[in-house]
Amino acid sequence: MNPLDPGRNDELLKTAPEAPRRRAGGWMANYAQRHLQVLLSCFGQLARAPLSHLITVLVIAIALSLPAGLYVAGDNLRQLAAGWEDQARISLFLKRSLSESAITSLAEELRRREGVARVDYVSAQRGLEEFRAYSGFEAVLDLLNENPLPPVLVVHPQDSSPAGTERLFSRIKDLPGVEQAQLDLEWLQRLHGILVLVERGGQVIAVILGLAVLMIVGNTVRVGIQQRRDEIVVSKLVGATHGFIRRPFLYLGMLQGLLGGILAWLLVMVSLALLAGPVDRLAALYQSAFILTGLGFQGSLALLGAGAALGWLGALLTVGYYLREVEPR
Amino acid sequence: MIQFSKVGKRYPGGYQALENISFQIPRGQMAFLTGPSGAGKSTLLKLIACIERPSGGQATVNGHDLGKLAQRRIPYFRRELGIIFQDYRLLHDYTVFDNVALPLIVAGFPHLEVGRRVRAALDKVGLLGKEMLKPVVLSGGEQQRVGIARAIVHRPALLLADEPTGNLDPDLAREIMALFVDLNRVGMTVLIASHDLAMIERMGLPALRLEAGRVTHLSAELQA
Repeated sequence: MNPLDPGRNDELLKTAPEAPRRRAGGWMANYAQRHLQVLLSCFGQLARAPLSHLITVLVIAIALSLPAGLYVAGDNLRQLAAGWEDQARISLFLKRSLSESAITSLAEELRRREGVARVDYVSAQRGLEEFRAYSGFEAVLDLLNENPLPPVLVVHPQDSSPAGTERLFSRIKDLPGVEQAQLDLEWLQRLHGILVLVERGGQVIAVILGLAVLMIVGNTVRVGIQQRRDEIVVSKLVGATHGFIRRPFLYLGMLQGLLGGILAWLLVMVSLALLAGPVDRLAALYQSAFILTGLGFQGSLALLGAGAALGWLGALLTVGYYLREVEPR
Repeated sequence: MIQFSKVGKRYPGGYQALENISFQIPRGQMAFLTGPSGAGKSTLLKLIACIERPSGGQATVNGHDLGKLAQRRIPYFRRELGIIFQDYRLLHDYTVFDNVALPLIVAGFPHLEVGRRVRAALDKVGLLGKEMLKPVVLSGGEQQRVGIARAIVHRPALLLADEPTGNLDPDLAREIMALFVDLNRVGMTVLIASHDLAMIERMGLPALRLEAGRVTHLSAELQA
């Protein structure tokens, strides 16, 4: 039988060219199906060349895990600092001549003031007892005839930031009855300086490494376009739009970014797990209840989202540029 | 279907590939484009497929003015054409089925429709049953038939073929030509570029002959 027997299957050709017929409501399923197909073909691509894609994903993961790790470090430092800031306080050493009732009314007045969270009164007697209990100078104290310590009002500021504490300090340090006011702020200011530095450094590194991710994805897109040059040319010749050809590369970039984000998340979590033990021991030595916190749900989501978005953007920025060079000749 | 009026193509650098080309191919006509190598046959086909743009004159294909066709409209214009290449241009990573399905996939046909039409096109060229093979295991004639199936699967109004039998032996060439006649018989406009003068004379179809970028012979049916 002649396979090219004329007249066979003329049904195929009897109709004029037409747009694909779509059942009502069917186009959305069709659209979803096409995107799903592209996504599946991307997984297929990853599976066909696992090593080169794995390296890309690894590099993206490392680039993402560094800023993510810095963010976690900054977050933990901030919590640690918040724990310390609760202890931000102003000590008002009162004149020894002040009577109990005068001290009580001064304390009351302070409590009514704006910006004051709490006022603790440490009488000269209690101060001596505490000093005796903690300092180990018992024998020396016994030698003294009278209590050398003044009564103290300990003022806890509502706004425990260095600036807020300082503002309150300048308002109350010269109150009548106050012999001397003391505020140790320098270490708090330094800690804040370090925190700001860590945060700013994290942002700078995030921007630089974000650019690196864009370039890494852009490079894989460039290689992908070179490898599929014939396919792109033939697709253009049979009527593929720019969007159709671009789509798998966008999906591939997004997928690589997302996988990189997942891997970065794992890297951060494993690092935290490795650090948790030593941090616990150190916290115990300082009698602190500090617990290392991770990325959290929102942080994790942000990391994965940033990975996917950067991958997609990297592909978008490069694919148009390289596709323009691939035209049928 | 195709109207050319004083069309020229000059490449950057000054090379004049085509000069003052005027002809027309009526809808439903089958015609040959002939001439020696380097006469401009491929350039003319590229103009018709909007792979190149004319540098002068007016070229209209299936109602589209190719000098004015917007870049983003080109994909939709190409879906009205079927193009067959001398070197087949099959994708060797894909099966015969996927190769033939490509024009339907890029146009967004639904899944079931794709399967139905691909099988119909493969049946037409006598390759049904080979759809799951890769093109490499097929003979030259079979590969060209896959190329033809890909060119007709979306029922184009105009079929362009660039030396479709150039790499095939005479028997296979005759079979392929019979297939083109068959496609033309059901309403497709067909334009075949070929330098096989014996075959063209035997077929007795209108022809346009190019030499050094100019028309040197034009059958009466094709005069504008």
